[in-house]
Amino acid sequence: MGVSINWLKEYVDIDWTAEELAHRLTMAGIAIEGVEEADSDVIMELDLTPNRGDCLGLINLAREVAALNGQPLRIPQVKISENRENINDYIKVEIDAPDLCPRYTARVVKNVKVKPSPEWMQNALLRSGIRPISNIVDVTNYVMLETNQPLHAFDYDLLGKEKKIVVRKAEYQESFTTLDEVERELDLDSLVITDGIRPVALAGVMGGLNTEINDNTKDVLIESANFLNTNIRRTSKKQGLRSDSSVRFEKGTDPNGVIYAVNRAAQLMQELGDAEVVKGICDIYPGKKEPLIINLRPDRVNHLLGTELSFSEIKGYLERLKFDIKDKKGYLAVEIPTYRPDISMEVDLIEEVARLYGYNNVPDTLPLGINRGGLTDYQRFRDQVKEVMAAYFYEVINYSFISPQLFDRILLPADSSLRNVVPIANPLSEEQSVMRTLLLPGLLENVSKNMARRNQNLNFFEMGAVYYPSDDRLPDEKLKLGAIVAGRVDLNWLKNQVPMDFFYLKGIVEILLQELGIKDCIFERHLLPGYHPGRTASINCQGREIGIIGEVHPLVLENFDISDKACAFELDVKTMFEIKGQKIMMEQIAKYPAVERDIAVLLSKDVKASEAIAVIKAADPELLQDVIVFDIYTGEQVPEGYKSAAFRLTFQSMERTLKEAEINNRVDAILSELQKQIQARLR
Amino acid sequence: MLTKLNEIKVRAEELLQEAVSIEKLNDLRVKTLGRKGEITLLLRSLKDLSPEEKAEMGMAANHFKMQLEEMINKKTEELKQQEMEKRLIAEKIDVSLPGLPFMRGSKHPLTRVYEEIRDIFVGMGFNVAEGPEIELDYYNFEALNVPKDHPARDMQDTFYINEDIVLRTHTSPVQVRTMEKMAPQLPVRIIVPGKVYRKDDDATHSPMFQQVEGLVLDSRITLADLKGTLMHFAREIFDADLKVRFRPSYFPFTEPSAEMDISCVICKGAGCRVCSHTGWLEILGAGMVNPRVLEYGGYDPEQVTGFAFGMGIERIAMLKYGINDLRLFFDNDRRFLKQF
Repeated sequence: MGVSINWLKEYVDIDWTAEELAHRLTMAGIAIEGVEEADSDVIMELDLTPNRGDCLGLINLAREVAALNGQPLRIPQVKISENRENINDYIKVEIDAPDLCPRYTARVVKNVKVKPSPEWMQNALLRSGIRPISNIVDVTNYVMLETNQPLHAFDYDLLGKEKKIVVRKAEYQESFTTLDEVERELDLDSLVITDGIRPVALAGVMGGLNTEINDNTKDVLIESANFLNTNIRRTSKKQGLRSDSSVRFEKGTDPNGVIYAVNRAAQLMQELGDAEVVKGICDIYPGKKEPLIINLRPDRVNHLLGTELSFSEIKGYLERLKFDIKDKKGYLAVEIPTYRPDISMEVDLIEEVARLYGYNNVPDTLPLGINRGGLTDYQRFRDQVKEVMAAYFYEVINYSFISPQLFDRILLPADSSLRNVVPIANPLSEEQSVMRTLLLPGLLENVSKNMARRNQNLNFFEMGAVYYPSDDRLPDEKLKLGAIVAGRVDLNWLKNQVPMDFFYLKGIVEILLQELGIKDCIFERHLLPGYHPGRTASINCQGREIGIIGEVHPLVLENFDISDKACAFELDVKTMFEIKGQKIMMEQIAKYPAVERDIAVLLSKDVKASEAIAVIKAADPELLQDVIVFDIYTGEQVPEGYKSAAFRLTFQSMERTLKEAEINNRVDAILSELQKQIQARLR
Repeated sequence: MLTKLNEIKVRAEELLQEAVSIEKLNDLRVKTLGRKGEITLLLRSLKDLSPEEKAEMGMAANHFKMQLEEMINKKTEELKQQEMEKRLIAEKIDVSLPGLPFMRGSKHPLTRVYEEIRDIFVGMGFNVAEGPEIELDYYNFEALNVPKDHPARDMQDTFYINEDIVLRTHTSPVQVRTMEKMAPQLPVRIIVPGKVYRKDDDATHSPMFQQVEGLVLDSRITLADLKGTLMHFAREIFDADLKVRFRPSYFPFTEPSAEMDISCVICKGAGCRVCSHTGWLEILGAGMVNPRVLEYGGYDPEQVTGFAFGMGIERIAMLKYGINDLRLFFDNDRRFLKQF
């Protein structure tokens, strides 16, 4: 909200420049976003915290200034000349919902001349961002800006014949048209002001078109009331209607300020509209609010702030706020004015002391005592995972919510459990409406988007949660590690553009698992929606599935406009943590030379490399140290249905140098086992 | 005999002069000194001479043999050296050519900044606490002193799963969960990192972002401790000469509450576009834990005080790396990612 400094100066003297004033207020917790010169005035843009709605009223804001600069506060004196009539002959007020309307007051003014308000008032409103309408309406807005008490003016003659105001909850399927000419369906929790017959205002939010002040208005009923903040907030949200009035009521207004405001309005209507003021105020106050008394212990102030303020210094700061303070033994009994509903506890008063003393005058220290800080094993483990991954992939962070359509694009069958999602009740859009159950769609989108921008040869990883519905109170959140590669190693003059394919990615997975101390993993061909049926594996260790790795299905790539092949993996971080290796213990290095022998055999195409290696290892558990596949070949000179496989065998003894004949025997034994068990043919 | 030796000598010296390769030298060695070499044969024929002649010739021949051997060795060394030099010159490469492009990667800038933030606090004895991203309304709001219909709920537009379950709008619910677990143990010194969600999407708001929250509880924690801890943090993460200021603010879960500003890291306080010409940047919210929140967490506010703080990792990263658009963090363009 914009505040005119000239207007503010009507209530308190200010010697500071606008910048100085803005700075002082900001440092006292009334944030000023900016100051802007306007003619001979300066407008300050207020950025109030929700607890200080009171400062939307200039008098309350002036009170803050007065507390800071020590100048006296000038609250305008109200003088009205009332006629001899009795308000009770004009209006009766009934409150049917006292919990939602703690107080309702009304005044009636007669024979007004509706015309434009004087220039000074129009300017004042314009500078505060409110459009001038007519003297009567302008007065209600002017007094609202001054006192923070929203007012409403009804055309008295347009109120129903009964001349009464009934404040009640809306009835079933009730509707009426507000001043902005929108017909509004009311819900049963909304509070309405009626004239005993029909609604004439949506309480605290906006008046009704049926009783609007117009050029022919003669008599006016001024409403100055207090409504329950939470109810106004709810109605305003439900109707999508925020007004200067609702904004103030939502933050809480002072039920004890309504009389001053209604009088001030009557006075101004008299001055600016020649109104005749009917004697008396109709005042129904079922929810009487007494000022709160809070005991403040000065040692508690210092205990919480880390200061050494004296009793009288503390008292002095509160006196600046014009709070009524009584000295008690060892504490102060402070009466909190009802226009400051934000102060309800001792700590609230301590904050008042602190902000007037100045936060920057509080010393800065470090907490006493020590705490054994640090990370848990699991946190360190995750660090380690990221460290390895970041050596091979760029880390991405995708939104946790995705479009349910992505499940179709990755070819998930209709009955897939991964379609069982946690949906967001109020998403920003369909695109972001369900919590993801896997990382793959996000990674595919990363590749697709980057390729569209001509970024080639992509390698990304993400570590983040996926979400599954659960029978517990909260959904199940699982931390996943995903990665994707597409393309080849970047173009280079060494003509070494290895494709980033299944085995490229598997190589990195193997490095990762090794780094984490996860040994003896089994990669087994696996069918998985979204992946190539012949090029996908599950990764298992110690009987538990760690995750999957595979080439993305060509149709999925098409669905994501990815022109290259892409391979991805998705691993469960917690599972890896739970089966990770123990501490590293060194193994002795052999003193005797190792001997290498290469063998080549013909294997049926369906025999897996892992099977052949298992046979080889089992054939010589004693001296054979290592087996490496170094060639797989099909084609010329290899019969149909077969492949040629070459293995390098490493033999080693810890005790002696191996003899030629001994090794030949071992190799023969291995070859004969290969023949026997998997029908290998020697080449 | 002597004449013969002289002949051999002259020829050998000629050949030695002419030898331009190690092979030629080897030929010479074989031809003169080898088993059937001229000198070897000459020495063998000495047996037919008289003892005096034998002694004289033997000495001369042996002397020559040693001399020649030495000369051949010397020449061999020279040639080897020359050949090595030639080879090294021939093997010269263009070292300006790029190396093999290994497909490297990097951590996301938000990860980097988070780890930096974390390490500063861990160095001050903090632990790291974590909690669910999909959270009970109770922990996200109510136990933090934000009942339903509280105007402070407008500060954080919320994604709902249902009436009781939300996507957490801040990492503060983990504060309450931690207190419930720890109470009545002291001290508590934690930071809480993680993703948070708010229903907001424009140039300066992302519906998902990351926060680091902190909580310190003990029998005598003061606002001064809050200031000292966070000033230390700000100067570690940005710059030791940084100016820091605190001003009152409002959060339902702290009282008194504060906003921490730092002197603009771009213009050093002179005023620029980044700091809206104020010279100051708002970087985190903090405050003394509200007694009601302490009670929700199971601590007696008369016995225990504490402070809490929260910051957006994106904000810190933007200031640290000069990133001018929040959306870059979640756009995942490799041209952006590879810069970190």
